[in-house]
Amino acid sequence: MNILVCISKAPDTTSKIAFTDGNTKFDENGVQFIVNPYDEWYALVRGIELKEANGGSVTTVTVGGADADPIIRKALAIGADKAVRIDTAEGDPGSVAAQIAAYAKDQDFDMILTGKETINYNGGVVGGMIAEHLDLPYISLATKLDMNGGVAEISREVQGGVEVVEVDGPFVLSAAKGMAEQRIPNMRGIMAARTKPLEVVPAADVASNTAINTYALPEEKGDCTYVDADNPAELVRLLNEEAKVL
Amino acid sequence: MRTDQYQGHDYYLMDDLLTEEHKLIRDTARAWVKKEVSPIIEKAFEEGKFPRHLIKGIAEIGGFGPYIPTEYGGAGLDQISYGLIMQELERCDSGLRSTSSVQSSLVMYPIWKYGTEEQRQKFLPGLASGELVGCFGLTEPDHGSNPGGMTTNFKDMGDHYLLNGAKMWISNAPFADVAVVWAKDESGRIHGLIVERGMEGFSTPTMTGKWSLRASDTGELIFEDVKVPKENLMPGRSGLGAPLSCLDSARYGIAWGAIGAALDCYDIALRYAKERKQFDRPIAGFQLQQKKLAEMITEITKAQLFTHRLGQLRNEGRATSAQISMAKRNNVDMAINIAREARQILGGMGIINEYPIMRHMMNLESVITYEGTHDVHLLITGMDITGENAFK
Ligand SMILES: Cc1cc2nc3c(=O)[nH]c(=O)nc-3n(C[C@H](O)[C@H](O)[C@H](O)COP(=O)(O)OP(=O)(O)OC[C@H]3O[C@@H](n4cnc5c(N)ncnc54)[C@H](O)[C@@H]3O)c2cc1C
Repeated sequence: MNILVCISKAPDTTSKIAFTDGNTKFDENGVQFIVNPYDEWYALVRGIELKEANGGSVTTVTVGGADADPIIRKALAIGADKAVRIDTAEGDPGSVAAQIAAYAKDQDFDMILTGKETINYNGGVVGGMIAEHLDLPYISLATKLDMNGGVAEISREVQGGVEVVEVDGPFVLSAAKGMAEQRIPNMRGIMAARTKPLEVVPAADVASNTAINTYALPEEKGDCTYVDADNPAELVRLLNEEAKVL
Repeated sequence: MRTDQYQGHDYYLMDDLLTEEHKLIRDTARAWVKKEVSPIIEKAFEEGKFPRHLIKGIAEIGGFGPYIPTEYGGAGLDQISYGLIMQELERCDSGLRSTSSVQSSLVMYPIWKYGTEEQRQKFLPGLASGELVGCFGLTEPDHGSNPGGMTTNFKDMGDHYLLNGAKMWISNAPFADVAVVWAKDESGRIHGLIVERGMEGFSTPTMTGKWSLRASDTGELIFEDVKVPKENLMPGRSGLGAPLSCLDSARYGIAWGAIGAALDCYDIALRYAKERKQFDRPIAGFQLQQKKLAEMITEITKAQLFTHRLGQLRNEGRATSAQISMAKRNNVDMAINIAREARQILGGMGIINEYPIMRHMMNLESVITYEGTHDVHLLITGMDITGENAFK
């Protein structure tokens, strides 16, 4: 089984968010970058589990410059077999999807897994766009993925319940919480990652269709008032008289 | 205990001095600790038991002899990697770090450096993978700061050695499979012997009643006419310098570990001070609390800088014992002071086991005592700079 997992780089959730250049650029100074948790904990780990159960190999693909190499090495340490980095600065979701599709179209992948979104811009559209480029079925927000012979059995959470889907043949899937459990790399994995192949491939000729005009921080959260659980009348009064939302 | 919200603090961007692999090793240890240890450590401490099921996990993150060459099952890493792992373990609990540093520096290190090739092959892979647990017997009931006065001894019986004596305060002793024991031969010279569980006359009673390092098991080693095969003597080095060189390695790890404990206390105190309101404002806004927090991060940053430098010197094989003593002494003292100040910032909450500060504080009382007391390290520095021996 040949599995491609899309891995992106995201700022650590504890990072201080600031902007430069007149609020047009994200200030990376002092920011720690991590593997996007949805890619790592769910898509990658499930890919590795399927490989371990059925044989085959797990390749990761990342669109980005050499600054993405540390997070790619981590994916290798967790258990991917090889990695591909498409060598261009990460653009908007449309361009990232086009880059990944351009790389994947001549390869023989049985499935392409992404996280449900990256925790930087939270667009959640790359997976669907890859599927469209490659003319493959797309299953979004999947919480379970099992292989039954050549058929994939996939659960996805829908309003008020669970939908179970079967897919025969190659597909693209975006993984949500529940798909797998986080795997912490071990020392053996970290050592093995040193020598696993990280192939840098040239980027396809693709441009971003969107550009960011300006960033703004959300308004500061207001003060929090605690109301005794035994006193709902007070809560209603506050909502009515102070917050004026009722 | 509340969820472990720890995040590192790097005021001088020390991370820029680390390789990507260093960071991966550190972050891996941190993630493992948060997932596997933080949720259970208070209970282990309360029960006064080392959680033995963690041994495998410690091995998997490289916590047993990370600098031992790969041919013996180690990870062949540098000294900074070792330091970072110790930092992350002690960030959670000094007892956890003790288990790991005893095995690494006091058991694997001497077998690697002073053992025969057969001894290395026989013990190191199992110690690295956590299948075997080791302990280190130097201290005796009547000889702590002065280990050269030890009375544990062995006689050459022709086809084996006959070992007699007792060691006390030995970390990991109650469940260790092997003990590296320092004992005098008939001429009074100190040698290292590998004593294995099951040898007749060898027992390891547990010591109880500790108020410190409760999540680490401590015991005695008792030798009553123990027949030790001759091939279990480590021939590479003898004299007091042999065990002291192991202590160098362990003390170096403690210097890093203490930074971890200090970081945890600072991290909690800082978060608490920003959230806790008195007189209608966060207590972090009061100058007295800011003084404490500002001094904490200053001391931590100084320790991070000089300990990193010590790591570079150790990588180059140039760190002296006296330099290591200085770092161990400074950093543990720094950590214990930060624990005390941090506890006060939390007010009453500081004494509750919902927060780890008081546990760190109690643990650090052992750390400031073992591997050379605070006083003894001062005397080592004193002797190094003056050339005068003030020990006796
Ligand atoms: C939890 C724990 C785990 C331990 N684990 C191990 C282990 O795994 N293996 C092992 O071998 N040992 C271990 N030890 C023992 C530890 O190394 C000794 O406790 C330490 O060396 C001090 O010895 P002591 O307790 O006999 O104190 P003493 O040597 O009796 O010292 C008492 C006091 O006198 C001071 N003092 C001593 N000599 C001088 C001097 N010349 N000048 C000025 N002051 C002096 C000391 O600084 C100290 O304040 C452990 C100890 C503890 C508490």
